[in-house]
Amino acid sequence: MAVVVRMPALSPTMTEGTLAKWLVQEGEAVSPGAIIAEVETDKAVMELETDEEGVLAKILVDEGAQGVKVGTPIAVIAEEGEEFDLEALLAESGGAAAASDAVTGQEEAPAAATQDIAAQDTAQDVASPAVHVGSAAMPDEDDAEAYALNGAPDPARNLSITPPAEADPALPEGTEFVEQTVREALRDAMAEEMRRDERVFLMGEEVAEYQGAYKVSQGLLEEFGPQRVVDTPITEYGFAGLGIGAAFEGLRPIVEFMTFNFAMQAIDAIINSAAKQRYMSGGEVSVPIVFRGPNGPAARVAGQHSQDYAAWYAHIPGLKVVMPYSAADAKGLLKAAIRDPDPVIFLENEILYGHSFPVPQVEDYVLPIGRARLARAGSDVTIVSYGMGMHYALQAADALAQDGISAEVIDLRSLRPLDMPAVIRSLKKTNRLITVEEAWPVCSIGAEICRRVMAEAFDWLDAPVLTVNARDVVLPYAANLEKMALPTVEEVVAAARQVLYR
Amino acid sequence: MAAKSSSRGKSGGKRGKAAKTTGAKTTKTTQPAARPNHPPAFTQEEEQRALRDMLLIRRFEEKAGQLYGMGHIGGFLHLYIGQEAVATGIFMARRPQDDIITSYRCHAQELLAGAAPKAVMAELTGRAAGVSKGKGGSMHMFHKPGHFWGGHGIVGAQVPIGTGLAFAAKYNGEDRACFTFFGEGAANQGQVYESFNMAALWKLPVIYVIENNRYAMGTEIHRATAKSEELFMRGASFGIDGEQVDGMDVRAVKDAAQRALQHVLSGKGPFILEMQTYRYRGHSMSDPAKYRSREEVQKMRQEHDPIEQVKRRLLEAGWATEEDIKAVDAEVRKIVAEAADFATSAEQPPQEELWRDVYAPVED
Repeated sequence: MAVVVRMPALSPTMTEGTLAKWLVQEGEAVSPGAIIAEVETDKAVMELETDEEGVLAKILVDEGAQGVKVGTPIAVIAEEGEEFDLEALLAESGGAAAASDAVTGQEEAPAAATQDIAAQDTAQDVASPAVHVGSAAMPDEDDAEAYALNGAPDPARNLSITPPAEADPALPEGTEFVEQTVREALRDAMAEEMRRDERVFLMGEEVAEYQGAYKVSQGLLEEFGPQRVVDTPITEYGFAGLGIGAAFEGLRPIVEFMTFNFAMQAIDAIINSAAKQRYMSGGEVSVPIVFRGPNGPAARVAGQHSQDYAAWYAHIPGLKVVMPYSAADAKGLLKAAIRDPDPVIFLENEILYGHSFPVPQVEDYVLPIGRARLARAGSDVTIVSYGMGMHYALQAADALAQDGISAEVIDLRSLRPLDMPAVIRSLKKTNRLITVEEAWPVCSIGAEICRRVMAEAFDWLDAPVLTVNARDVVLPYAANLEKMALPTVEEVVAAARQVLYR
Repeated sequence: MAAKSSSRGKSGGKRGKAAKTTGAKTTKTTQPAARPNHPPAFTQEEEQRALRDMLLIRRFEEKAGQLYGMGHIGGFLHLYIGQEAVATGIFMARRPQDDIITSYRCHAQELLAGAAPKAVMAELTGRAAGVSKGKGGSMHMFHKPGHFWGGHGIVGAQVPIGTGLAFAAKYNGEDRACFTFFGEGAANQGQVYESFNMAALWKLPVIYVIENNRYAMGTEIHRATAKSEELFMRGASFGIDGEQVDGMDVRAVKDAAQRALQHVLSGKGPFILEMQTYRYRGHSMSDPAKYRSREEVQKMRQEHDPIEQVKRRLLEAGWATEEDIKAVDAEVRKIVAEAADFATSAEQPPQEELWRDVYAPVED
């Protein structure tokens, strides 16, 4: 049966080419794998191979022809002695024209999709009611409707843009609070989840026998045994990928990085193999995994051990990124992260491990990922921060209060999804906003908040948003220089005064 | 295909002759005692299955190449033509519950795992009915019901993941192993050795299948790989046994895979199979293949083609006639033609698909 050979696309960008040379002449035999012609593309001279058995019955485009459009019929291969009607054959095989419908058809979708992005990205609750303040957790009077994307029903609500609807769980009347360090709260969260679900296991360097490089996994080996508390070799790329494979099969790995500085060795696995997996598989393969460990500058450990990766991971669709400040949030969010069906980056802080906070003594304290916490109510200026930055933000609020300035402090807790509705609600009240973080300023979380505020709440600003960050340098070792490189309470106070013009 | 004899012995008598026609060396192993001199003969049913599976892969890939040339498939397209015996032999040895994971050259595994050819082709053309809803493309295909876990575009990245699949089997106490495919180019990746170390340390049931097709993109093996003639030894310093296999002979692949499976399931830890194979096409569609001669490719096709080997044995054993084989080819061509028609006419993904599957759906 005769087949039409068409000008092939030999690279992703080729639209036309030169038929440089016929290597087989009319009437000559061809077999699968035979090179029948040379085609010159925009990149190289390529060989045109056939999969057919037969003879090159007819050449339709002469050698030397330039600008031959992809899809143009260039030859016919038929069986020895076979008769065929060229015109009928061309009509039957998709016509004599070059481009097929499929090729042109593919260009329609992207334009429409672009529109869709624009619509969804700017959809916000511009007309939301006045903010209500006073409770420990962020107010929740803006219901899920406020977050709906442009009013369009979206069954798979897009967490890239909108935070979840659910608020912190209400605590029963008379709930007891116990002072716990962040370290203890993290351990309790893991232990509770491991008791609850046998699929949950912890792996990482020194998590078992050593009880954790920062003693976060203290006691877990004793309770759960070496099968579920797994010491790994010092091979981040390998064990991050191994954890992802285990998550493919439905296990719930908690992968501890001794610090997130070392997770750079594994960032390909985290992003390419975990974050993108659900999407690339059309929803077929999910990766329920937690990557956790200390993040951000510690003390006097210099350049390679002192970096805040929050913005790096918050950049990635498919990841959720959490960085708690308090022990209660550490516990409630880690439990949520372990139960989450998607990969969660859980950022801790070495200095905060030893800080104590009141933790509610309720059974199964789980917090929603993606919701900010109102750490301190105020009316003059909004300070937005997360993780160790909260340490500076809260002290600055105290200092400002002494001067009669009422600062509202929002602890983001989650960096993806980012609770912009909470930030904007507060901004609408104070009309002034600063951000605080220990990360570098370029492309930081603060920079992202500026972008969103510009787009979504510009008219509510009475002053430009200011960001307080680390200096844009490698963190130095020398005590005096290190101090200069990191944000201070004084800088936060100064920034607040600057946006207040006083 | 007409059944004329089902005697194993008859084809066994021919196997010496068949083995001579394969060029790859088949003598190297870290376990000489366990290694048969010749691959055991296939039964008639096995030969027939191998023929059909390999023909399906080849015709599918040829059609995919054509659709690429016609502009229906975009981006990268890595074809498996020439390497059919490797995936086919592994799938003949694996049990339904055993996991499979591979690189971006993944269409064969996707088909063998049970994905419908129409849905696989529709993924290549980026349609809603594709196996990944048109959002993964050629390099990202999965088939959970068949325990096939992709389809990974970063060279070597699937190796720790496959090791993790085996970790999960051991964690759950399940009778399951993982065949982790990667190319000889990926065999130089650091994460491969991180995986070897953990797999050996924890005695994980993972079989590392190195598909040595001699070219890492355009770099011939000896230019990029130290001690390139002995990739099966790459686990030696971890105590991982390995074997070099004629990857153009589906019988040798299946036999070696079966023994490797027994090895890893008996608690001895991982095993390495170096499959000596060859890809006829370029690394991807835009590869002009100037790094090797036409003669080299044609020689492999003519003397070592995995499908021709099976055809020859079927004919010599009297298990099939030329007509029988043509009938199988026609059947397979029909499946592939229908897949292509479907894939070029099916709907593109709806716009809302853009936003789906970034995260798990939120229950309202």
